[in-house]
Amino acid sequence: MSGIAARRVDWVPPVLMLAISLGALLLVGNPSTWLTLTIAGLAMGLLIFIMASGLTLVFGLMDVMNFAHGLFITVGAYVAASTVKFFAGAAGEDSFLANLGALLPAMLAAAGVAGLLGLFFERVIVKPVYGQHLKQILITTGGMIVAEQLIHVLWGPDLVPLSRPATLRGAFVVGDMAIEKYRLVAVAVGLAVFAAMLLVLNRTKVGLLIRAGVENKEMVEAMGYRIRRLFVWVFVAGSALAGLGGALWGLYQESVTVNIGASMMVLIFIVIIIGGLGSIGGCFTGALLVGLMANYVGYLAPKIALGCNILLMVLVLLWRPQGLYPVSRQ
Amino acid sequence: MAESLPAPLLSLAGVHTHIDRYHILQGVDLAVPRGGLTMLLGRNGAGKTTALRTILGLWRASAGSILFDGADIANRETPAIASLGIAYVPESMGIFAGLTVQENLVLAARNGPPDEARLDWIFRFFPPMKTFWHLAAGNLSGGQKQMLSISRAIVEPRKLVLIDEPTKGLAPAIIQNLIDAFAELKKTDTTILMVEQNFHAARSLGDTVGVMDAGRIVHAGRMADLAADEALQTRLLGLSLEAHQ
Repeated sequence: MSGIAARRVDWVPPVLMLAISLGALLLVGNPSTWLTLTIAGLAMGLLIFIMASGLTLVFGLMDVMNFAHGLFITVGAYVAASTVKFFAGAAGEDSFLANLGALLPAMLAAAGVAGLLGLFFERVIVKPVYGQHLKQILITTGGMIVAEQLIHVLWGPDLVPLSRPATLRGAFVVGDMAIEKYRLVAVAVGLAVFAAMLLVLNRTKVGLLIRAGVENKEMVEAMGYRIRRLFVWVFVAGSALAGLGGALWGLYQESVTVNIGASMMVLIFIVIIIGGLGSIGGCFTGALLVGLMANYVGYLAPKIALGCNILLMVLVLLWRPQGLYPVSRQ
Repeated sequence: MAESLPAPLLSLAGVHTHIDRYHILQGVDLAVPRGGLTMLLGRNGAGKTTALRTILGLWRASAGSILFDGADIANRETPAIASLGIAYVPESMGIFAGLTVQENLVLAARNGPPDEARLDWIFRFFPPMKTFWHLAAGNLSGGQKQMLSISRAIVEPRKLVLIDEPTKGLAPAIIQNLIDAFAELKKTDTTILMVEQNFHAARSLGDTVGVMDAGRIVHAGRMADLAADEALQTRLLGLSLEAHQ
């Protein structure tokens, strides 16, 4: 088919991110410190992206306000802690391949259990309150409180250690610059998840349906597709991704508490609002912006790190009220 | 007169629709003959759009029956109704702005990738669809968006296409383009039920007509008969077709 070249890409947000990074270089002064902060920011941003991407689709596709999303992160982190403990032998060996024998099962188990919990949550808790935002907020928050108490029963109230596998501890030192090994793993996994999501959303019919459903679910139904059935699986996939993100975040923090997911929700909400509800590209850009800001400001003025991200959200919304990459909705 | 019309593909009997506390359709009786094009006319607020949306299940009929090809569809879900071979072109066009023209059409083709010969047939009367194949639909002009919306509805053979005010807000040249396209579509087996405010288009295309007022069908018959009867037009629609041109 002949035709005009593909979809136009809006390069303004990535350029803005680059400008913030270069601005931080001037403020930080030391290039080595700046590079360390930048890699830490990208790693953090990509982990937030993994945790937030499911929620943005759930919001965008069915207008469901799931305040229990943090629960899937928490469950993922606890499941990963138990799995790494179960494979302690492989995790302790001084071989990256052997370590993968603990890391991969931990990530898969975290995603699997969180996905199954998501399926239960959607069918039992969310389904009865479709289209009723206030009830969604109340019932998902209530469901999260109940589930957190069950976590206390299963794993106890104390902090659970989650050690990184042996070869992922420590840092690569290049000159006077130190790059934590685990952060590179987080960057690699985050980029792989983003690439996989782009592939599914842009190259498969299911992806087309999700993108179309975020814009106009009524029209998708009028074409003969059952959007609610699709939504269930998007919810499950989003929960599984949150679980995977929880596992990676737990390894990043090297410990797990019952609040690990809830404590991330403010940043996650900032990310999906900055990005534009329902936009995966926006979620990705927003997450990187938030991760970088948190690290730069955390270094320059630690006391205002979270406030700075809220200020970032306010500024983005003043500039683009629908977010960086707004999804056109009807 | 009704005896000489073909057997209906779609019939509504005593259909009522409530939207919140508003009683919009108040007992609609309408038969849409198989093949050809039925126009649904009426003043603003008469219930035409609600009738189309009720047929497709986007708003649920609170009473009455809707028979499509022999099956009662009044209580079915929208996807199930659409799967019977009904396509919908809403007044808002309902295109997916973030998807390309190609992606919009791929999505509309439920039975696998769009058929090349069918696409060529569509491109003959809607050339911009080929030109802008890879362009995001949100970047198309109003007329091109309407072409895409209609192309999507006919990208596969359908038994019935519901079209809501396709010429609304479009330039005369585009309207003529659409009229030519619908005339071409009428040569196929597809039955069309169209809501239209443009009387030139209505008269050019309509085989049969239903006129709505206050949530009911107040007149049904052949379009040619209505077009020839100025007094009837004035009584039903508040103006004559000639005066409107």
